[in-house]
Amino acid sequence: MSSVSRGFRGRRRDVGGEEGRVPPGQYVTQDFPVLSAGPTPHTPHDQWSFSVEGAITPRTWTWEEFRSLPSETVTADIHCVTRWSKLDTVWEGVSLDTLLGQADRGGMFVMAHCDGGYTTNLPAQDVLGGQAWVAFGYGGQPLPPEHGGPARLLVPHLYFWKSAKWVRRLLLLDHDMPGFWETYGYHNYGDPWREQRYSGD
Amino acid sequence: MARAAVQRRLTWQLATVDAVTDETPRVRTLTVGVPGWPGHQAGQHLDIRLTAEDGYQAEREYSVASAPGEPVAITVERLDDGEVSPYLTQELQAGDEIEVRGPVGGYFVWRPEDGGPLLLIAGGSGIVPLRAMLRHRQQTGSTVPTRLIYSARTRQDVIYSAELMELQQGDGVDVVLTLTREQPPGWDGHTGRVDAELLRELAWPAGQDPLAYVCGPTAFAEAVSATLVGLGYPPQRVRIERFGGTGGP
Ligand SMILES: Cc1cc2nc3c(=O)[nH]c(=O)nc-3n(C[C@H](O)[C@H](O)[C@H](O)COP(=O)(O)OP(=O)(O)OC[C@H]3O[C@@H](n4cnc5c(N)ncnc54)[C@H](O)[C@@H]3O)c2cc1C
Repeated sequence: MSSVSRGFRGRRRDVGGEEGRVPPGQYVTQDFPVLSAGPTPHTPHDQWSFSVEGAITPRTWTWEEFRSLPSETVTADIHCVTRWSKLDTVWEGVSLDTLLGQADRGGMFVMAHCDGGYTTNLPAQDVLGGQAWVAFGYGGQPLPPEHGGPARLLVPHLYFWKSAKWVRRLLLLDHDMPGFWETYGYHNYGDPWREQRYSGD
Repeated sequence: MARAAVQRRLTWQLATVDAVTDETPRVRTLTVGVPGWPGHQAGQHLDIRLTAEDGYQAEREYSVASAPGEPVAITVERLDDGEVSPYLTQELQAGDEIEVRGPVGGYFVWRPEDGGPLLLIAGGSGIVPLRAMLRHRQQTGSTVPTRLIYSARTRQDVIYSAELMELQQGDGVDVVLTLTREQPPGWDGHTGRVDAELLRELAWPAGQDPLAYVCGPTAFAEAVSATLVGLGYPPQRVRIERFGGTGGP
């Protein structure tokens, strides 16, 4: 299958003695690299709001209202499609169970819409049941804009582009549709353990 | 945003290095023959995979340096403490094989119909995908007004310098170099970072609805794109490719 590259020995990236926690093809980093396609938006809190719409009773929260929702501290490993993984990252966020409510969303999809025009698609069953948050804090601090602040999606079990930065709106759909990165050749689902990096993987 | 569905399976191909060309003391261009290469757009990148004797693998991304239709080439800058770039720039020779898959990416691309005026801003090896765009512009006879702002450490670090100077002379492309670390004697060009002052002077005014492509180390791309937005560029008109490195917190 793969051919040996003459003279290549490689440095064997550190997986920090955490082999079972690091998906194939990933290495552990202490940095927090940045991946996005456009400039970093800087939306002030007084111009920020968060909404849910589509096949759900529409709702909008101002920043204050959003921050007064119950929130959780989440410790998670995150895996970026560009091959870095970061272990034990600590976030503060509102669970999507709180934002989307208790109704049965079987077979539905969520399109996350963000400042800057980004979108990403997820099956609803992947964002409910304590699997996804709208995170506003990172490492005990407000989430910085370059990492998606004021708030980003956090879906740690999928590649990190699914944890859309600068998220503002969740659209509930009865059908699936590719989002921004998915349209440009990234995988529709993005499971790091199955190395679903690109469309067709 | 533009929708260009890329629903093609990307598989690893065994490619042959057809030629190596030194661009600067630290930078080398590899021309690779990839069987069944489906063609690429200016600005896309590819993945390279290296495999050691014991099966250990390393993968990295590299922008395609050549224009659509030209033989596939990448241009790699050596990072002395790097794992892959020293191998690509020092060990690999013509005739060797490497695994490649691509092309990847559909947003950081320029097609003649995307128009302009075009503002291309490169930091270091960030020139690579912009060079593919410049060659594509020339190849297609596009007359889109184009300005390249290229930040390099020293005159010696300028990649593709002869080609850029030719474009500057003959093809309606403004090439502006800024040498940030060391300048040759008598240098009367720019010496500072690509900051608000430089961009206020050199970037197309936002009122002309320019289209900007910014590429380089992550911190460079972040700073430059934020400055452009500060000068009134709508974020949708600023496309970024971040090469990694010190990306801040
Ligand atoms: C889409 C994309 C396109 C790219 N295109 C090109 C290209 O055309 N030409 C090119 O030379 N490189 C390009 N890169 C960067 C390339 O993928 C590698 O990251 C780079 O060659 C370093 O790999 P390495 O194994 O030598 O270093 P590593 O072993 O990965 O890293 C060594 C050290 O260098 C730092 N580092 C990693 N990347 C960079 C960087 N870009 N600048 C400064 N410091 C860094 C690391 O943090 C680390 O401390 C591109 C990256 C991306 C994401």
